[in-house]
Amino acid sequence: MTIPLSYYLVLSGIVFLTGVVGVLLRRNIIIILLSIELMLNATNINFVAFSQYFHDIAGQVFVFFILTVAAAEVAVGLAIIIALYRAKSTINIDELQLLKW
Amino acid sequence: MEQAFFFYFAIVIAAAAVFVVAVRNPIYSALSLLIMFFHVAGLYVTLHAEFLAAVQIIVYAGAILVLYLFVVMLLNLRRDDRYHRQWPMAAAVGVTLVLEAIVLTAMKGWTAPVVATGTETTVGGAGNAEAIGDVLYSTYLFPFEVASVILLVAMIGAIILAKKDVGGDAPQL
Repeated sequence: MTIPLSYYLVLSGIVFLTGVVGVLLRRNIIIILLSIELMLNATNINFVAFSQYFHDIAGQVFVFFILTVAAAEVAVGLAIIIALYRAKSTINIDELQLLKW
Repeated sequence: MEQAFFFYFAIVIAAAAVFVVAVRNPIYSALSLLIMFFHVAGLYVTLHAEFLAAVQIIVYAGAILVLYLFVVMLLNLRRDDRYHRQWPMAAAVGVTLVLEAIVLTAMKGWTAPVVATGTETTVGGAGNAEAIGDVLYSTYLFPFEVASVILLVAMIGAIILAKKDVGGDAPQL
């Protein structure tokens, strides 16, 4: 294994940071959900890298669970976005500040 | 050779991630995320996690991203999406995290090397999927069942939320 573990951690950190900045910076809810996917993928890269370097398969099992949670989050999140769009005709978070209308 | 593959995947992953956040059209964002998913799957192959690479392509690129594209095209968005006004806060959080990453990377030599513990299952080789299934259905059987319940709840929730006549007097799309 010629690639140090820290390279994977730096790559994962870059991707996670991009996701955090995207969540804070964008106003489109769909892009915010895509940024959350970026963060989940950064975590997955970390899990798989550590799993390989410690020779412990449990990390890959946890990636499996993260994948499940990501799929559930996407299904419910996009359903909420569609319901919001039906009610307000926008998905710009600046116009969705109230919890009721 | 391994380093060349790693740097290729790493550079494409990082560039695609930045592109997802920076580009203005949501469809370009989603397609850039597709490129990132494929390269993350390639990175998994170099890490000898072949089963996860296949699952990444099937689930992420095949299911999740198609759902995103479907919703983006269904909603027919205008393209006036500019950046958020709270960019000073985003800059503060981003700079803090970058500093933390730099400090942690610089302090890497101070920490004691971690000894590998845990289940001594072999990683990689011909039996990667076999090894994952072995652990998944014995040690992690209960979390596996909980994950199936989560998927069931998400399925029911998505159907109820996206139903057209919620509340009876919802305005038509």
